[in-house]
Amino acid sequence: MIGMSMTITEKILAQHAGLEEVVPGQLITAKLDMVLANDVTAPVAVKEFVKFEVDSVFDRSKVALVLDHFTPNKDIASAEQSKQVREFARRHEIEHFYDVGKVGIEHCLLPEQGLTLPGDLIIGADSHTCTYGALGAFATGVGSTDLAAGLATGEAWFRVPESIKFVFHGTKFQPWVSGKDLILYVIGKIGVDGARYQAMEFTGEGISALSMDGRFTMCNMAIEAGAKNGIIAPDEKTFAYLEGRSKRPYTVYTSDPDAKYAQVFEFDVADIPLQVAFPHLPENTKSVQEASGVKIDQVVIGSCTNGRMEDLRMAAQILRGHKVHPHVRTLVFPGTQEIYRQAMHEGLIDTFIEAGVAVSTPTCGPCLGGHMGILAKGERALATTNRNFVGRMGHPESEVYLANPAVAAASAIRGQIAHPEEVV
Amino acid sequence: MGKAWKFGHDIDTDVIIPARYLNNSDPEHLAKHCMEDGDVTFAEKVQEGDILVAGKNFGCGSSREHAPIAIKAAKVKVVIAESYARIFYRNALNIGLPILECPEAVAGINAGDEVTVDLESGKVENLTQKTSFQARPFPPFMQELINTGGLIPYVRGRKKNA
Repeated sequence: MIGMSMTITEKILAQHAGLEEVVPGQLITAKLDMVLANDVTAPVAVKEFVKFEVDSVFDRSKVALVLDHFTPNKDIASAEQSKQVREFARRHEIEHFYDVGKVGIEHCLLPEQGLTLPGDLIIGADSHTCTYGALGAFATGVGSTDLAAGLATGEAWFRVPESIKFVFHGTKFQPWVSGKDLILYVIGKIGVDGARYQAMEFTGEGISALSMDGRFTMCNMAIEAGAKNGIIAPDEKTFAYLEGRSKRPYTVYTSDPDAKYAQVFEFDVADIPLQVAFPHLPENTKSVQEASGVKIDQVVIGSCTNGRMEDLRMAAQILRGHKVHPHVRTLVFPGTQEIYRQAMHEGLIDTFIEAGVAVSTPTCGPCLGGHMGILAKGERALATTNRNFVGRMGHPESEVYLANPAVAAASAIRGQIAHPEEVV
Repeated sequence: MGKAWKFGHDIDTDVIIPARYLNNSDPEHLAKHCMEDGDVTFAEKVQEGDILVAGKNFGCGSSREHAPIAIKAAKVKVVIAESYARIFYRNALNIGLPILECPEAVAGINAGDEVTVDLESGKVENLTQKTSFQARPFPPFMQELINTGGLIPYVRGRKKNA
C-alpha cells in the first residue's frame, strides 16, 4: 500500500476532507453525511441557522430531526420547543423528521432506520452521537452553533484525534456480562477524561463476539471517558445488521495493522465482572458484588445506552415469573417503536407487566431528569442509562447507580443492588 | 476585577444547567439556574465580571450549548479551568464565552479572591493574594471571534467586509 498507515478514524476523516492522509492534531474541514438534532438542541440551532441567511439546509435528505427528549411533551414550554422544530422540519421538507408515534430514542432510531452507515461522517447536537461508531462510522457530538453551521453548509471543521486502542482478548465472558460492563470497566480504568479529545477504538475477539446491540452500548458511552468518538470496524455482524436497513452504498474502513496509537490497553474479557458505577461519576465503578445490598427506590431500563432488543430480552429473562420488589418503581423504555413492537411479539411486554413493571413509549425522559420517573430528595435509582451526575435523574440530593439490564432487573426484584444469580 | 467562584474537578453540564430547565433556551432563563446543582446561591449572588474557576475536565457530559450560554448570561467574565471537555470548549468559543486553561491559576485562586484577567495577554492577577499567573492567550482571530459574540457573528462580519 502506498502512503502512510492510518487508523479507521483517520481514514474516514481523510476521505471526507478530500485528503490522501491526515495525522492527529491536523485541522480539517470535512463533508457531512448526516446532521442530527433533537427537541432540546434543535431550537437553539434553528435560531443560529437563521443568521446564516441561507434559503435551505444543505441537503434535506442528510438531516435528521428527532423529537425524543421531552416528548410526548411534558409541559407547555417543551411543547413550544417541539413546535418550533416541527415547523422548521416542514418548512425545509426535512426527510428524516421523527415526531410522536414514529419517534424513537435518536441513537436507537437512526441506525435502525439505516440512516447511519459504515464509513459515514456524522455530527449530532447530542453528546451520545458517538453511538454510530459501532457501525464503523465517525460520529461525534457537537453544540447547536456547530450544528447550525453543518445544516447550512454540510461541512464541519475537526481536529483529527489521536486514537487509543482497546483490545479485548478472549470470548469467555462471565455470566450476564455485556457491552455495558466492558465499557464501564474501561471508564473505571481510564477515568471520565481518560480519552479526552481522542478516539476510542475497540477491537479483539471479545468485540467480535459482542452483538451489534452490545457494540452500540460501548460506543455510546465513549463520551463518558471524554472521547471525541468511539469506533468498531465493521464485520459480518455489522453487515447482517445492515441487511434490509441500508438504502445507499457505504464504505468499509479498517485500521492498518501498523497504524499509530497514543495508547494501547489490553484486557481479557474473562477478567471483567459485572459492573456498577456509583454516584456521581461513571468512573466510580465497582463489581456488582461490592455494590450488593445498596437499597434502591427506582429501576430504569432503557435509554440510548441500553434500550435495544438484547437489553429488553435480558431484563425479561430475569423478570419472568418474578414480581418486582414492592418498594421499587420499575420502568422500561423500549428505544424505538420497532423495538417496542418486537418486544410485544416476543411476549416481553407481558412479562414486564406481569412483574409489575411500567412500560413507556420511547423517550429520553428519565435518563436526563426530564420527565417520566423523576427522583425525589434522598431517593436512589439503579439505571441502565449512561450518566450518574449530581441531579441527573431529579433532585440534586438523589442518586443514580449505573449497570446493565440484567443487574437492573435482578435489583428490581430484590429491592437492592443484586447479582442476577441471586434471582435466577 | 471580579470575585472568584471556585468549583472542583469534572463539573458536568448537568451541574452547569440542569436538564429540567432545558424546556426554554432563553439565556436569561438559563442564567437564573446557572450552576444550581453545584451551588444554589450562585445564580442569585454572582455579579457582572465575576470569574468561574474549576478543576480538570470542566463541562463534561452533554453537548448542550445551554451550558456556556447560561454562564455567559450570568455575566461571568471568564472561566479558568485546568482543562475542558471538548464539546464544551468548542461551544464556549462558538458563543463567545472566554475560557482559559491555566492549572497554576486554578491552584492559586481561592473562592472569594478578587481577580483580574486580561484576555489579550492571558495575564491572571490575584489581587487578594498578590500573585499573578500567565495563561496562554487566544490568538487574535479567536480574540476577535469572542469579542464579536461568537462564531456566527464573526463569520457574518468577515463576509460583509470581504
